[in-house]
Amino acid sequence: MALTTRKVRGSALTREKATHAPLPSTSRRYIWLALNYLLMILLAIFFLFPIVFMIISSLKANEDQLLQDVSTVKAFIPYGDLSLQNYNDVFQRFPFGLYLFNSLVIVTCIVTLGLLVNSLIAYALARMPFPGRKLILIAIVVLVVIPFESVAVPLLLLVNQFPWLNGATTWIDSYQVQIIPFIADAFSIFLFYQFFLDIPKNIEEAAFVDGASRLRIYWQLVVPLSRSVFITVAIWQFLTHIGDFLWPLLVTRSDTYRPLMVGMRVLFAQSPLHWGDVMAFASMITIFMLVVFLLFHRWFLRSVASAGITG
Amino acid sequence: MNLRLRLRTTTSTIATSKIPHWYRKERYTSWAFAVPALILLLIFLIIPFLLAIYFSLTDQRLVPGPLTTIFVGLRNYTRLLADDTFRRALLNNSFFGVIVVPVETGLALGLALLLNQKMRGIALFRTIYFSPVVTPLAVIAVVWSFLYNPGQGLINAFLKTFSFGYLGPYSWLDDARLALPAIMFLSIWQGVGFYMIIYLAGLQNISESLYEAARVDGAGRWHQLRYITLPQLRNTTFFVMIATTVQAFKLYTQVEIMTQGGPDNSTVTVVWYMVNQSIRHLRVGYASAVAVLFFLIVLIRLIPVLRYVVAAEKREV
Repeated sequence: MALTTRKVRGSALTREKATHAPLPSTSRRYIWLALNYLLMILLAIFFLFPIVFMIISSLKANEDQLLQDVSTVKAFIPYGDLSLQNYNDVFQRFPFGLYLFNSLVIVTCIVTLGLLVNSLIAYALARMPFPGRKLILIAIVVLVVIPFESVAVPLLLLVNQFPWLNGATTWIDSYQVQIIPFIADAFSIFLFYQFFLDIPKNIEEAAFVDGASRLRIYWQLVVPLSRSVFITVAIWQFLTHIGDFLWPLLVTRSDTYRPLMVGMRVLFAQSPLHWGDVMAFASMITIFMLVVFLLFHRWFLRSVASAGITG
Repeated sequence: MNLRLRLRTTTSTIATSKIPHWYRKERYTSWAFAVPALILLLIFLIIPFLLAIYFSLTDQRLVPGPLTTIFVGLRNYTRLLADDTFRRALLNNSFFGVIVVPVETGLALGLALLLNQKMRGIALFRTIYFSPVVTPLAVIAVVWSFLYNPGQGLINAFLKTFSFGYLGPYSWLDDARLALPAIMFLSIWQGVGFYMIIYLAGLQNISESLYEAARVDGAGRWHQLRYITLPQLRNTTFFVMIATTVQAFKLYTQVEIMTQGGPDNSTVTVVWYMVNQSIRHLRVGYASAVAVLFFLIVLIRLIPVLRYVVAAEKREV
């Protein structure tokens, strides 16, 4: 079997050499390079055109012109009645600022509380031998598999009857209902656990012998040493939860606690539909996300890569 | 709550035996570290999951009616299997998966290979290809609804121009045959950058010495790809295919925003049907049966997770 493959390989190789031999290698390399760039540019256009289209459309204040341009190349040309009128409209007709604020509050809370809670348990699992450790580890592995979608409906019934500090008897339409269920995350615990296993033990042991408490070791030694995994998990959680749609749609009833994505749907479900406004709304979310991404793009890519490899 | 109580008692019985003081203290600390996450996982993941199984055996409704909830056994499941809309949803998800999984995996691999070269400007292209991933799906669904606009949409205009007026115009999202493929297309557009990054990470893990050895043997680009790169990426491909399959069955946001399951149920998906049954028809018991079946489908995700745990355990030793 192996022998035959090698034979085929060998003959194919000689054939390839023969056909390409007359071309000088430098010009061949240039052609190859040019073809690569051409392909990459075409792909860049493919990935960017909806975003460019959206932003340019959002600047066209004249709705009729916007609709006419859609069927031609003019959709990508900023001309005519250009202004921030659509953006102004969005702020006038919709509580965009409130939606944005809500989204930021929710995501910030999920990320910060999640980092703390998930890293603590992961540290205990990775470093402290306590009874039940193995069992918890297995349980968490199993939990990674449960998709949120399959618990959404019973969870909705459950949180509907939860009391809250201010005397409310339901969590529906609140911040906590969009935050607390997502703080503990089996997958984040895993990423932390894996990272903590790789930290050399002797640093901590030295501190331990010196009488430092576990909490102090965690806070002053482990957290600074693990900055990269903290950032990875933070970005992963941010990316997942900023786009959350299903759950906020289920649990919000009024604008007061609605995040951006549900606000987007509210705007989109309006009739008559004003595309200029919709595009302005969409542009603002996209530009916000792209700015965050560009600021931390190395971390974003690293985060996706490590989450992908382990998850 | 029950779990926590039992664990407390185990710790206290151990504490009375002959174990050094600091070690006992260590145990309490470790439990203190673990308990917040455990309680949250219990309340917001484990209990709701068990409830889903329980509800699926009852006729639970979202708003309690005049009749009390009763245990109905497997009635929800038998009805579900005979439910044409649910069957259609399963079919739609499968169709989505059959097309999107290989196409997205292949494209992601292609993009990664393209970007894994030493050329100027690679970082810029990588950032561009990844940018749809950071754009939230709800936004993307809205923008593409506009692009797919039946009469004067950009996609129609594009097709018309490049087919010299031969193709179109199509009423994409209003056409029962085209609505799901239209959603597939934008889903691939949005997701492929994500898997491209995973492939790039996989490519960078391949040892350069393998390629050197191959070049010494006179292997060209194609043979290096065929006999080194692809076999070395087997694990990555395996992961990407499982991830995209799970993604295919989770399809929801695009459908909710763009088509609401229509036209003629041609874009109904399992998750969309589940939410629709519980929220709009208030049938929680029935929806829970869908949720349980959905979970069983997504269970394939267990394979890579288990593999990972085995690897982590080995490292610990």
